[in-house]
Amino acid sequence: MTFDTVILDLGIGNLSNVQKVTGGKVTHDTDDISRAEKIILPGVGNFGDVMESLQTIKYDIIDAAKEDKYILGICLGMQLFFRTSEEGKGEGLGIMDGVVSRFRGVRTPHIGWNRLFMGRECPLFKGITDESYFYFVHSYFVEPEDIDCVAGTTVYGDEDPVRFPSVVWERNIFGVQFHPEKSSSNGLRLLKNFKELST
Amino acid sequence: MLAKRIIAALDIKDGRVVKGVKFVNLRDAGDPVELAKRYEDEGVDEIVFLDITASNEKRDILKELVRTVATNVNIPFTVGGGLKDVDGIREIVRDGADKVFINTAAVEDPGLIREASEALGSSNLVIAVDAKWNGDYWEVYTHGGRKPRGIDVIEWAKEVEELGAGEILLTSMDTDGTEDGFDITMLREVVKAVNIPVVASGGAGNPEHFKEAFAVDASAALAASIFHYKKFTIGELKKYLDESGIDVRLG
Repeated sequence: MTFDTVILDLGIGNLSNVQKVTGGKVTHDTDDISRAEKIILPGVGNFGDVMESLQTIKYDIIDAAKEDKYILGICLGMQLFFRTSEEGKGEGLGIMDGVVSRFRGVRTPHIGWNRLFMGRECPLFKGITDESYFYFVHSYFVEPEDIDCVAGTTVYGDEDPVRFPSVVWERNIFGVQFHPEKSSSNGLRLLKNFKELST
Repeated sequence: MLAKRIIAALDIKDGRVVKGVKFVNLRDAGDPVELAKRYEDEGVDEIVFLDITASNEKRDILKELVRTVATNVNIPFTVGGGLKDVDGIREIVRDGADKVFINTAAVEDPGLIREASEALGSSNLVIAVDAKWNGDYWEVYTHGGRKPRGIDVIEWAKEVEELGAGEILLTSMDTDGTEDGFDITMLREVVKAVNIPVVASGGAGNPEHFKEAFAVDASAALAASIFHYKKFTIGELKKYLDESGIDVRLG
């Protein structure tokens, strides 16, 4: 059976609610990935460890990105798009250019509900109001080389605030730093928007 | 700006909510999933489940609970209570909890904090700390508040941060259950001592108490009974905080 959407099993974290909304299949299987039309990379764990566990399917994901399949990275899943991270050794997928850095000068981790400032139109934003709250839990954020891929940002910190990319989007590749599956109705809408992208 | 979080706590025994919850209009007031969904609808930011099941079936009961909550609730939730090792902690996250908290096991074996934070990513590991003023300092207690440990809460808070904890859930045993307000002095000192988020717990009785906790920069504040007994709703509380100039997520 072919699944429209697959959710990659990174060995930690449970994605039953992502699964429920997208109807995707949780898998680690090369064939499933190559047959899928959309891929979701979920996001709990450590950059280095997760990249290591992805070794056997790394190139399937990279190929899918080149084949213009829709990809959605959530939290760490989005950070894995980039080349390197301060969190761990090893290379990321490199399907987007840039690095992943740790917060400095602010209480870390950044945990809780924060606003998404929509920088430009993005199919994932359909039906969602600008400056809506989403749930974040992370200590690292992405710094893309090409800032044109930043579709939305979020601001954290009182005295010396950091504005970081909370949504990136380049062609068929989408990444969100927050957890849509934990962001109540706005998050569910975003996942639904991803599901409804037509191929 | 990051919103201050309001957290509802539920005590769970044998898969059921305990503590005489008096919710109206619920089919089953003891069903954790139904309660959690209700809190989500009311606009709570997060839910903490404290499992106090003592039976041999604890692991299976908890697993079932976590799985059901994860499938039905679309806001973050944290689970803890009697977790002792990395495998147990990993399993809870695998079943769907967003964060896990440990308390006694962390004091008995601080190395577990490092091990668990490496396994989960430190953002997902919460250290719950129970403390009480002993005349000289706020002393850490374990075993559900029964065992004094001779450890200063400020030193302990710094140590758990150093070992990789992502957040501290700080309960004052002096104020817990009083509804007279959080222990603001202790809270302020712990918040100042660390650079990770601190959740205030113990003593919330009215909306002003939440404002006081946020005024000393707690990242979140937790309550159980006042929400259960509907002394005021989460919506009313957030409206009050918003009007007081505090950033909260309004529904």
